[in-house]
Amino acid sequence: MKYFVRRLGFYLFTLWAAVTINFFIPRLIPGNPVDSLIAQRKGQIDSKAVESLTVLFGLDKHQSLASQYFHYLGQLLHGDLGVSFQNFPEPVTTVLGSALPWTLGLIGTTTILAFLIGTLLGVFAGWRRGTWVDALLPATSFLSSIPYFWLGLISVAWFTGVDSFLPNSGGYDPGLIPGWQIGFIGNALRHSILPAATIIVSSVGGWLLAMRNMMVTVTAEDYITVAHAKGLSGRRVMTRYAARNALLPSVSGFGMALGLVVGGTFLVEYVFSYPGVGLQLLNAISGHDYPLIQGVFLVVTVAVLAANFLADLAYMALDPRTRKEG
Amino acid sequence: MRFHLRMPSLKVTVGLALLAVFTFVAFFGSALAPYDPSKRSRDILQAPSGKHWFGTTHLGQDIFSQILVGTRSVMFVGFAAGILATAIAVLIGVTSGYLSGVAGESLSTVSNVFIVIPALPLIVIVTNVVPDSGDWAIATVIGCTGWAWGARLLRAQTLSLRQRDFVQAARASGESTWRVVVFEILPNLTAIIASSFIGTVMFAVMTEIALAFVGVSGISEWNWGEVLFWAQGQQALALGAWWWFVPAGLCIALLGTALSLVNFGIDEIVNPRLRSSGRAVVKAADGRKVRMRIGFTPVLSQSPDVSSEGGGR
Repeated sequence: MKYFVRRLGFYLFTLWAAVTINFFIPRLIPGNPVDSLIAQRKGQIDSKAVESLTVLFGLDKHQSLASQYFHYLGQLLHGDLGVSFQNFPEPVTTVLGSALPWTLGLIGTTTILAFLIGTLLGVFAGWRRGTWVDALLPATSFLSSIPYFWLGLISVAWFTGVDSFLPNSGGYDPGLIPGWQIGFIGNALRHSILPAATIIVSSVGGWLLAMRNMMVTVTAEDYITVAHAKGLSGRRVMTRYAARNALLPSVSGFGMALGLVVGGTFLVEYVFSYPGVGLQLLNAISGHDYPLIQGVFLVVTVAVLAANFLADLAYMALDPRTRKEG
Repeated sequence: MRFHLRMPSLKVTVGLALLAVFTFVAFFGSALAPYDPSKRSRDILQAPSGKHWFGTTHLGQDIFSQILVGTRSVMFVGFAAGILATAIAVLIGVTSGYLSGVAGESLSTVSNVFIVIPALPLIVIVTNVVPDSGDWAIATVIGCTGWAWGARLLRAQTLSLRQRDFVQAARASGESTWRVVVFEILPNLTAIIASSFIGTVMFAVMTEIALAFVGVSGISEWNWGEVLFWAQGQQALALGAWWWFVPAGLCIALLGTALSLVNFGIDEIVNPRLRSSGRAVVKAADGRKVRMRIGFTPVLSQSPDVSSEGGGR
């Protein structure tokens, strides 16, 4: 329980740090661009939206920084992230609400799949050390050195075309209306095959190497020798004794690596014009849509923290020491 | 810690050789380039030929020259950000590992926060805010956000070194904290510092290229991401101009591979168990075979063929 509470405290602290970074960044922009954007839209934005943007971007210079800050926190607690300039007059929360499921679906599935595949291969590579499997290691590091987005570009060039089964961009065909019908889900799945494959191929290598190195380290432990000496089958020693213990650092690294994975997958969304949060972020940046930029950063951070928390729960399930009272 | 000097493995040699080539091009790329990378010509969208090794762009610019000239920016940002991040990592990691109590814990929490917060979105946002986003600015931003992994590794190692006898002895003999850290602890962290430096260089290179690719960083200087940015923007894929984006991507992958090959070598110095061992099958006196595996007790198998389970019976 102590472990659990400590992790929860850490996440709350990180969340606070992210919110604070988000508070200060727009205040560092020289010659506040939000001001001019509001001026451009004068007459179109209602006074309530102007007020919320004023709080978010510190346009009210008469207030002290501290009171601006508390005002800002209060507004976030009400779920008000301001109005998106590009998708005017939609609030940022609506824009994010429609983009988030795509990203969660794509990143969630592919990251977990890549982790499982990479770890399984890593168990094998670590156990069969000193055989031909070692020769494959430089190849995996080559694969993981390829930027996600470049692999995406290549796969678009190779696998898509006018008559190809695989579409080259978007999350679904333009004519369809998003919903839970079979036709739409099938279409969305078809659109997600290439982006997903891209992410999996370029992220498997990292997990593989990490797991392989842990396996190699673990196999020298006494309990492995004991397990062998007891006459247990090699497979049993590999899975129940070596792999289970070697898995622990990978699981705790899983959450931590997510922060990096998210960045890479954003670029994949960009290459495939996949309608997720990453595409929204990059569009928002080119369109100087500051409220949306802020909102994306906040939402992504919260999502990564939540995923970290789930990884912690998995770690607790795997490692009995964390469940110990006291 | 004394490293057992041996011939560097093939992996490390290849990695270092590749790095040397890239460094050479970084210094002399502009002189080697056959054309001015920004100069337009009439050879529009030409496939690779003797005249233009990597073909040309929609404006008739020579892609080979763009890649050569762009190497400098990539290597500069990679190494500058790597040095900055490693300096911060050493400072924070070693301090937080050596100091006990609240100070150490809070520094460690800070680095964990930086690990968990998604780096690329943060860097994209900050770069977008920075008015002059040249190579120096980008290297600084990446360096200031990419140090946390290294700090975490260094802290873990420092924590374990702090308990070792030689450190205890140095403290007991009245050496100053500063001296203990610099002369007793730091030399033992060399390998980890080196490997986290290389990791950060890789991260910085990837990030810089990503920034240029999405068009966030300025377009004043050529780099590989810049080439890809134009290739994507001008629909190189739809035009079938594969030569426009393949060379840049391969260069990125080669540089990344070179760095990780060197890192393999460092890992193998730190943890000798990771060294690949050749297949060593030894014949026993009675003709049965034993396979030697590092980390396993060799056992004579009953059957003549060598089972894959080294310590089978």
